Amino acid sequence: MINKAMGVVNLIHETDELEGLTSYRCPATVPFGARYRLIDFTLSSMVNSGIHKVAVFAHTKYRSLMDHLGSGRPWDLHTRQSGLFILPPASDSIQELSRGDLFHFYQHRDYFQRCKLEYVVVTRSQMVCNIDLDAVLDYHEQMNADVTVVCKQQADMLGGKTRKVELASDGRVVQMQDHFGNMDSSLHSMEIYVMKKDLLMDLVQTSLAQGQDHLVRHAILSRLDSLRIYGYLYEGFLGVVNTVESYYRTSMELLRPEVWRELFFQPGSVYTKTKDEPPTRYLEGAMTGNSLIANGCRIEGTVINSVLFRGVHVGKGAVIRNSIVMQNGTIGAGTRLDRVILDKESSVEADRDIRGAESMPFVSGKRKTI
Amino acid sequence: MGHKEMIAMLLAGGEGKRLGVLTKDLAKPAVHFGGKYRIIDFTLSNCMHSGIDTVGVLTQYQPLELNRYLGIGSPWGLDRSDGGMAVLPPYVKSKGGDWYKGTANAIYQNMGFIDRYEPEYVLVISGDHIYKMDYEKMLEHHKELGADVTIAGLEVELKEASRFGTMHIGENCRVTDFEEKPKHPVSNVVSMGVYIFSWKVLQKYLILDEGDRKSSHDFGKDIIPRMLEDDIRLHMYPFKGYWKDVGTIDSLWEAHMDLLGAEPQLDLGGDEWRIYSARHNRPAHYVSPEASISDSLVTEGCVVEGVVERSVLFHGVEVGAGSFIRESVIMPGAIIGEGVKLYRAIVGEGAVIEPGVVMGSPDSPDIAVVGSDEKISRSPKLQEVEQP
Repeated sequence: MINKAMGVVNLIHETDELEGLTSYRCPATVPFGARYRLIDFTLSSMVNSGIHKVAVFAHTKYRSLMDHLGSGRPWDLHTRQSGLFILPPASDSIQELSRGDLFHFYQHRDYFQRCKLEYVVVTRSQMVCNIDLDAVLDYHEQMNADVTVVCKQQADMLGGKTRKVELASDGRVVQMQDHFGNMDSSLHSMEIYVMKKDLLMDLVQTSLAQGQDHLVRHAILSRLDSLRIYGYLYEGFLGVVNTVESYYRTSMELLRPEVWRELFFQPGSVYTKTKDEPPTRYLEGAMTGNSLIANGCRIEGTVINSVLFRGVHVGKGAVIRNSIVMQNGTIGAGTRLDRVILDKESSVEADRDIRGAESMPFVSGKRKTI
Repeated sequence: MGHKEMIAMLLAGGEGKRLGVLTKDLAKPAVHFGGKYRIIDFTLSNCMHSGIDTVGVLTQYQPLELNRYLGIGSPWGLDRSDGGMAVLPPYVKSKGGDWYKGTANAIYQNMGFIDRYEPEYVLVISGDHIYKMDYEKMLEHHKELGADVTIAGLEVELKEASRFGTMHIGENCRVTDFEEKPKHPVSNVVSMGVYIFSWKVLQKYLILDEGDRKSSHDFGKDIIPRMLEDDIRLHMYPFKGYWKDVGTIDSLWEAHMDLLGAEPQLDLGGDEWRIYSARHNRPAHYVSPEASISDSLVTEGCVVEGVVERSVLFHGVEVGAGSFIRESVIMPGAIIGEGVKLYRAIVGEGAVIEPGVVMGSPDSPDIAVVGSDEKISRSPKLQEVEQP
């Protein structure tokens, strides 16, 4: 796909039922999978598929996003021939925040017009998957489609919110939900859209002229008949991380070796901003089972069915079960956690007992002390 | 080209013969250490924390992997337009070229590089040692005492001293005598191979030494003794802390064991004086329900399904179910099959230990070594691999 398509990670009005996890950050930078942020998955899929020009539509609470993306180096998007462009609201941000994504495309139309690439791949940050977008583009050309949307057949979305889709036998999209309704279909849109850049720019102009603001809800949904819109079926692992429940249940899915082996390695590696943490230190008396553990942890207690991010300290006699502890969390000696999500830099004092439920894990905000 | 007060010259040409199969295709400074690092990371990180922004790295033996690893020095903050890192291999001049004949000759051949920065001081260090040290403090000491040369020294047990250059220390840390690897050491203060020279003085002695046909062109054997003869001001900088020459299989293994325990002799954690290395991109390590890990270091990308005790697992190591690993060092990407037993082993990068192999013994002090990319199959003869 080299020199054929550009990527857009569209963060405008992403579904956000992540509660405390997004108090100080946008959904795209929610930490996930022991060392990643949600946006790493779509960025890595893009670069692994040969897309080397990527725009990220920053919208709200994007300080953590700027910090995470930097010059784009972890994704090799910092080189002379390629580039990462962070596109924040362009003009009057107060007005722009209330508008839809089409307005954002319009505000940055110069960026798109300057770009010589033929296609655009528009994605969202919260579809956690490892996908070969080159294959999607091949399909798009083969079907002679105007727009291709990537779909996933899955009965249980683990609590994630999606737009459902219905396809005809030839793959053409016949119906697509405006929002999360209760359409009777187990086919979900992954919100990855491929189309020619010229078509996208045309949709932007005409829709805005008609007072419409949203790419999918307006520009695409109203053209199911007039445009050739096709669904590409993705077969790999998908997690839709936009609610607390789906954050938790998808994280627990990662503990299955067949899931992490696929998500982290196939078809390509997932890249993220690297830290220089030392290896994790296990002390005498540590017990661990069925867990994913990043570098820089210090483990003196028990960790079972859990995900530990970088630099987590687990005190003596502490027992962590079915939980997620983000970067630099400190768990005091003798404390018990079960079905808990602790955001970054949290600390739990000694001998506490905290429990949540599977559909409603206990979530503690960033830098809280319990 | 900006003027620099002090630049570093890092000797990284060591062949590391005594590390046997571990340095078959690898310069000694590039040997893996501590779960995710290479030996040279320690000196480079020391430079970075000490505020040294210009480092010449002298390479010679098997430089391919080392050069690739060093890149433009960005992991150590040395990707700079003014100064930064320069890899300095031997090169051909108009009147022919030469390999580096010794440590002093390596610096002699690069006097042109040093002169570009017009430094007052030159720090000469070696990429073979594991330690955390603030060279800036050593420079202060050098200036305070008005020294021409300062040699960092530390005290070891007398019986160990014969492996190093030993120093006799007079008043005010003045070095009165220096013996390189004495058979019967009298002093237990040894040189760490870390020198600060006032550049004018060093330059003069490098030129003198180059003209001496009998010289082996070595700092410890030739330059320092000659300076002492001439009554140059040599001082010792007393270093307190962990320092280890990891030039042998035994010392490499011991240094890894020093990283373990509740109060390790060398702590890789903490935010102060962090050691930097070229970045790896691997997911978190996975510990299976049956696994057990105790008193060990485990790095990202590992998959542990067996029992690991007092060991160091580098990135991407896999330990199969039913395996038992004790007091061992498993280098990057090595695969340990199911039901393997390893006691006091060093397994090289990318090696494969097939299921059921037993190496080493809980009763033997010997260290079993497997070279990089070697494959060990189950066979009674291979159950104990001799140290090369």
